Amino acid sequence: MSYHSFLLEPISCHAWNKDRTQIALCPNNHEVHIYKKDGSNWNKIHVLKEHNGQVTGIDWAPESNRIVTCGTDRNAYVWTLKGDAWKPTLVILRINRAARCVKWSPKENKFAVGSGSRLISVCYFEQDNDWWVCKHIKKPIRSTILCLDWHPNNVLLAAGSCDFKCRIFSAYIKEVEEKPAPTAWGSKMPFGEVMFESTGTAGWVHGVCFSDSGNRVAWASHDSTVAVAEGGKTAVCASLTSETLPLLCVTFITENSLVAAGHDCYPVLFVYDSNKAALSFGGKLDIPKQSAQKGMSARERFQNLDKKATTDSKEAVLESVHKNSISQISILNGGKAQCAKFCTTGMDGGMTIWDVKTLESAMKDLKIV
Amino acid sequence: MSKNTVSDRFRKVDVDEYDENKFVDEEDGGENQLGPDEAEVDSLIRSGNLMGALQAVLKNPPINTKNQNVKERAEGLVLKVLSSFKTSDIEKAVQSLDKTGVDLLMKYIYRGFEKPSDNSSAILLQWHEKALSAGGVGSIVRVLTARKTV
Repeated sequence: MSYHSFLLEPISCHAWNKDRTQIALCPNNHEVHIYKKDGSNWNKIHVLKEHNGQVTGIDWAPESNRIVTCGTDRNAYVWTLKGDAWKPTLVILRINRAARCVKWSPKENKFAVGSGSRLISVCYFEQDNDWWVCKHIKKPIRSTILCLDWHPNNVLLAAGSCDFKCRIFSAYIKEVEEKPAPTAWGSKMPFGEVMFESTGTAGWVHGVCFSDSGNRVAWASHDSTVAVAEGGKTAVCASLTSETLPLLCVTFITENSLVAAGHDCYPVLFVYDSNKAALSFGGKLDIPKQSAQKGMSARERFQNLDKKATTDSKEAVLESVHKNSISQISILNGGKAQCAKFCTTGMDGGMTIWDVKTLESAMKDLKIV
Repeated sequence: MSKNTVSDRFRKVDVDEYDENKFVDEEDGGENQLGPDEAEVDSLIRSGNLMGALQAVLKNPPINTKNQNVKERAEGLVLKVLSSFKTSDIEKAVQSLDKTGVDLLMKYIYRGFEKPSDNSSAILLQWHEKALSAGGVGSIVRVLTARKTV
């Protein structure tokens, strides 16, 4: 795995381009910086300045090469590359609170924005007016939407919210697509219909993710739990209460395995067993540096006892690669079905690329099914 | 000058009550939860079966009820059971609980911290240390994030 420290400040959000040579990230301010990989260095090639508030979400559409950004200034911009520069197009979201997260749909003809206005704006391009238009999903959302993920059928949208629920909505826009075929989550999908609502977990839902087939959805909640629900098997949510601090982001790396990361600064593997409908802890995915064990002198031991009431020689330094909470995780290679590499960015301004094969061989008990 | 400078009663109005978007928790039928059975727990303590008393007192937690008396009675009972344990037995007792049991124990411990009496904090701290090693930081996070607690 390789760690690169971009900044000293938190990376608010990031997105990769199609061939993973460029990364767009927000350095905790109103701008978006695009870095290009050059050997082992990262060079800043573009600075996108249009937002008036912190940029809270970035998504880069791989096929159409458009970037959508959203921010606390209640706006979203769609950026297209014209020649050598990125040109923004304003999207009126009609929200009166900050936008929190944004995601392109799989076919890239729509995107969804979650906001603090307790609604989701689903935006699509209207050819006649040459303008991005949005529709709102309001009921039954009762608090800020923190995270979004699209189902592969381009219609269903999973949303995690501060009202302690993870829901799957239908975001079917008849102007841009055909009626969708029935899925495991239901067959009637008018716009705004709630196909699934979670029960059983408390705490804000920080991260949500559909599996590659779209039949499973996983979410990470602020009460230190991770849960998976399977479409069609209603009322069966497998959840795992963990012993760690809350997890902020979660993603499937195969149909049965999830990687999640959060305030504990290291990614963690979970395995879902569909037959038993149970989630189990797979292992901690971090190879700590072997720090040299210095012997402690008697004086140091006494000082430790006096200051910290402990004789442990463990320093108060985190042994993980990231030195602060990990806020976002993204798949680089292999998709959600057979992920080979994934990337994490966090509040320490650093980005780490994790290689699944290396992790598997480094940790003997790790099994990614 | 405006004639309204005398009364300041408007400052005491709780504006949040009138907010139409106010978040109201879902009502879960909590009228049937009476808390752990006092008689059963008392008899188990008297007979010396402390492990059994712990299991019994962690049954039927009054989580959903709004009746404060029930909650206080349950907390008092739990405190009685926890104080009657010998320090060396605490670890074994915590090991005998499952994950939900440890979470529930943590909730009772923190509730006990809120109203300290003579020796309760010291005993609760010992229990807290053992429960923490069993449940990890996650169990404390769940105490903090639970909307409906004991």
